[in-house]
Amino acid sequence: MAAKVITITSGKGGVGKTTITANLGTALASMGQKVVCIDADIGLRNLDVVMGLENRIVYDLVDVVEGRCRLRQAMIRDKRTEGLFLIPAAQTRDKTAVSPSDMVRVCDELRPEHDWVIIDSPAGIERGFRNAIAPADSVFVVTNPEVSAVRDADRIIGIVEAEQKGPAQLIINRIDMQMVQRGDMIGTEDIVDLLAIDLIGIIPEDENVIISTNRGTPITLDGKSRAGEAMQNISRRMLGEEVPFMDLTIQAGFLKKLFTGGGSKNE
Amino acid sequence: MASQFEIKGIHDGLLITVGDGDWADFRQALLTQMSEQEDFFRGANISIDVGEHSLKAAELGSLRDKISEQGVMLRAVISKSAQTNELAQTLGLETHLAKPIAERSGSAFDTSIGGDEAMLVKRTLRSGNSISYPGHVIIVGDVNPGAEIIAGGDIIVWGRLRGTVHAGASGDENAIVCALELTPTQLRISEEISITPPQKGTPPPEVASIKDGEVIAEGWEFHK
Ligand SMILES: Nc1ncnc2c1ncn2[C@@H]1O[C@H](COP(=O)(O)OP(=O)(O)OP(=O)(O)O)[C@@H](O)[C@H]1O
Ligand SMILES: [Mg+2]
Repeated sequence: MAAKVITITSGKGGVGKTTITANLGTALASMGQKVVCIDADIGLRNLDVVMGLENRIVYDLVDVVEGRCRLRQAMIRDKRTEGLFLIPAAQTRDKTAVSPSDMVRVCDELRPEHDWVIIDSPAGIERGFRNAIAPADSVFVVTNPEVSAVRDADRIIGIVEAEQKGPAQLIINRIDMQMVQRGDMIGTEDIVDLLAIDLIGIIPEDENVIISTNRGTPITLDGKSRAGEAMQNISRRMLGEEVPFMDLTIQAGFLKKLFTGGGSKNE
Repeated sequence: MASQFEIKGIHDGLLITVGDGDWADFRQALLTQMSEQEDFFRGANISIDVGEHSLKAAELGSLRDKISEQGVMLRAVISKSAQTNELAQTLGLETHLAKPIAERSGSAFDTSIGGDEAMLVKRTLRSGNSISYPGHVIIVGDVNPGAEIIAGGDIIVWGRLRGTVHAGASGDENAIVCALELTPTQLRISEEISITPPQKGTPPPEVASIKDGEVIAEGWEFHK
């Protein structure tokens, strides 16, 4: 085994990075993969909360980096999903407690025994973001269908290219089907057209996301929601399966284009 | 300021043509503009056409030193005065403009034509990217919202121009901006600003230039 390291990042805050990290981790593990999720948002940790593992934290990423524990000891095993682990962020330290080369070292240690390492990046383009992308083999940039989020995604994609981690792949989160149909939302097509990178997922706005976040149960576990299904589709695409994009809009021509243009795969 | 001198991009740098006014005023105005537009001038090669001015060794020498403090090289001084020419030569400066290579090799029927210095960038400029160059700038790719180009000369985008551009940034009103899809956030030529009104559909390739003191965009086939 040699894990692939995927960093989930965005530029703009609050677009869904943590939600997506937790759900991709859960979905991949439930398909039999060995997965470690790392919360790189030091000082504002919340991946543990979304995954419902907060109460089991003993050691965190900074403890590993500063040698207070072995890597194994900081890996919290998710009891609901076989093969899923979390390395939480420290709550009380700032981002300078970890360096990009620390992240590379931690991931290199995880690679041999896992299939995927998924890193939840903090928003912005500061140190925490640099830490998060340093070990990445691939970067997924998350955006919402909103001008400012797309603008920041563009900036991030440029930096990812400059760091030679590119080309990044795109996840558009919180598409509101009704608003798209009314023409009140920037369309998926316009976003892909501007950002000019491969699309790996479109996730609808879904109130179940908030309910499951509050419960600490990743939505992909409960099966029935549209957002959960969309995130499961992303993980199947990560495994190399060709999965059509969900029919979220009424424009047939646009979907056809996505099939051919965005059927990105990870080998 | 504009009356003191004129700046023009030439094939190997910038040509500054000094007006008839007082030398000290020119010197002051030039140095002020250079420090205000540091990015624009950095690394440039400058030639100065002093016209009728007849200069003393101290005047020319100190101007050269001041200019080089800004990281800019004074390459040539062109003058109508024999004394100034001689002086420039003793200071190790050229006294005429370098000719483009094609012109130098001139045959009996020279069919080659000279050109200007330009920077070619073959990639898309994303939000946060910025280019500033004394000559012309040519982009093969898109210029996204949040990206910025400042050029002393023209700006040519073989792609969609949606960011912010400033052509003729050192005052050249003849500069143009063209793009396959000309829908910039903001477009400036020299001192004139234009903001694209929201458009429906994909516009054809267009050229923007100053006509009667206003920035006008027109189809490329009409711009002659
Ligand atoms: N598809 C969705 N439908 C509805 N709500 C969503 C969806 N995706 C995310 N949310 C909600 O948006 C909020 C922000 O999500 P999340 O914390 O995952 O974003 P983030 O990018 O990690 O934020 P930060 O930049 O602060 O780390 C949460 O309340 C989450 O429940
Ligand atoms: Mg987060």
